[in-house]
Amino acid sequence: MRGIYFLSVVLLIVLTACSAGTANDTNQIQLLNVSYDPTRELYRDVNERFSRQWLAKTGQHISIKQSHGGSGSQARAVIEGLRADVVTLALGYDIDAIHKRGKKLGSDWQTRLPDNSSPYTSTIVFLVRKGNPKNIHDWNDLIRSDVQVVTPNPKTSGGARWNYLAAWGYVMDRELQGNWNKLNDPSAIEQVAEAQAKAEQFVAALYRNTPVLDRAARAATNTFAQRGIGDVLIAWENEALLAIKELGDQHLELVAPSSSILAEPPVAIVDTVVDRKGTRQVAEAYLQYLYSDEGQELVANHYFRPRNQAVMNRYPNTFPVLRLFTINEVFGGWQKAQAEHFADGGRFDRIYTVAKG
Amino acid sequence: MAESRQHTVLPGFGLTVGYTTFFLSAIVLIPLAAMVLKASSLSFSQFIAVLLDPRVIASYKLTFGTSLLAALINVVFGFLIAWSLVRYDFPGRKVLDALIDMPFALPTAVSGIALTAVFAQDGWLGQQLARMGIQVVYTWLGITIALTLIGMPFVVRSVQPALAEVQRDLEDAAETLGANRFTVFWRIIFPTVLPALLTGFTMAFARGIGEYGSVIFIAGNLPMKTEITPLLIVIKLEQYDYVGAAALGCIMLGMSFVMLLSINLLQAWGRRRLFVGKR
Repeated sequence: MRGIYFLSVVLLIVLTACSAGTANDTNQIQLLNVSYDPTRELYRDVNERFSRQWLAKTGQHISIKQSHGGSGSQARAVIEGLRADVVTLALGYDIDAIHKRGKKLGSDWQTRLPDNSSPYTSTIVFLVRKGNPKNIHDWNDLIRSDVQVVTPNPKTSGGARWNYLAAWGYVMDRELQGNWNKLNDPSAIEQVAEAQAKAEQFVAALYRNTPVLDRAARAATNTFAQRGIGDVLIAWENEALLAIKELGDQHLELVAPSSSILAEPPVAIVDTVVDRKGTRQVAEAYLQYLYSDEGQELVANHYFRPRNQAVMNRYPNTFPVLRLFTINEVFGGWQKAQAEHFADGGRFDRIYTVAKG
Repeated sequence: MAESRQHTVLPGFGLTVGYTTFFLSAIVLIPLAAMVLKASSLSFSQFIAVLLDPRVIASYKLTFGTSLLAALINVVFGFLIAWSLVRYDFPGRKVLDALIDMPFALPTAVSGIALTAVFAQDGWLGQQLARMGIQVVYTWLGITIALTLIGMPFVVRSVQPALAEVQRDLEDAAETLGANRFTVFWRIIFPTVLPALLTGFTMAFARGIGEYGSVIFIAGNLPMKTEITPLLIVIKLEQYDYVGAAALGCIMLGMSFVMLLSINLLQAWGRRRLFVGKR
């Protein structure tokens, strides 16, 4: 009994010493970066390099925590009070939601940093089995009756929404010969309507070839790569390249379609949080770092397309060349795309409700 | 399930009942009330529109259908498991007994992923079944299997003590009076175990309705086909449609409550009939 008593006293002393130790460390700055799934590896490197750089420059120790999950649920967590200093999400729509519903950052957030506040981009490509047994080369091949497509659920996954929009945009691009001005040209209304009807048919056919709608992009990658379901996975380019690296190129290969969407995952500072915590300066420097040469180099190493052309040129064999269109060109931005395609009763829902009669 | 109606004699009535009320309010009632409150910001017609959306209706059928089926499977096989664990002594019985609790402890996502791996077209069991033309993964069948796994311990754990309490001397007496084995089972063992079996069924069923983590991996999540109601709630949240999600939550709550209540009433009625009839 005396042993136990002695032990607990020692434990108590040690614990008090520990908590005193952490209390003394309050000059250490804490930063929380709330992000989406596929950036885990990227930000691990960024955080390490940036905090070292910041220490050298200012003498301040910073510790950067990262949180990952589906882009939409991460945004919801921030709206509901997760104290993120910066958000680095999959799509602008989710940061818009933090502005609109959470009132945690200004409406001008997307113009505060260069390039629509997206320091890196990606696009949507295909991952097929080694040797491309089903001979898949472009979007057209995905609606063939002998092809099974794996793509996550656009209702729950940000990446899946990019996939859907890329497929839609491909048909529009083909029908309008890449002339996006026609979308706003009153004399081309009929041609545009015809193109949209074709796009709707195309996307419906594509989802009819889809046996499973996973909840998130990573889950879809696993279904395709580990479960062996399907002939082609529609995926983020960075996710596809990472899968090939992780699982070895003797199993999978990447196919770049003729055209695809330029996915711009944006970053932003959460105003209310940094002002309360007094971390605005370091949070701003953190996001700026992503645009620096060093940051861009890290970005490219993790298979995101760097914005800096000079850095991009150093990776000619990593990123395939394809025609890229933007969400603003084809869909008039996220708010419109979301309302038209992904809201309840939108075009995506109609694929399933109409098909069922 | 001993009933003690003499609680006023025991000390600490105020403390324990007060604590119970407080605890249940804080953990159960207040969050539920908040959900109902959120949903009540919809007008009645909007509420009905959410309720009767064809996609939502398809998901009810799937959720309640597979939960019911899984609970029924568990009643049969859970009883068998409980029977062999209680009535027989064999090497490895303790290990099997401990295994029963695994679905309780396992993160549901793990069970879901494991089941998917086993039943996928290239999985151990999936391969064999695919040869027979049966697809499990990404169909309602897969959902049922996941729910069966999740609900199994509820049935076994509620039946086990009841089976252990069956009076062996009654069985012996019945046999000496010329009852065959089936009669002994049907007239003595089954009625004693029935309330526990119903309890297990109810819990497994209720658990199935609310299950999300494991099902999400093995269901294909295709709208109208393999989309469970809890997933629709998550989808609504993902679209920042908190009110719609709360409305769906309320509907599920209401339906589960009605079902659980009717099963409880049935059980009470059965117990009364059983014991009154015997006298």
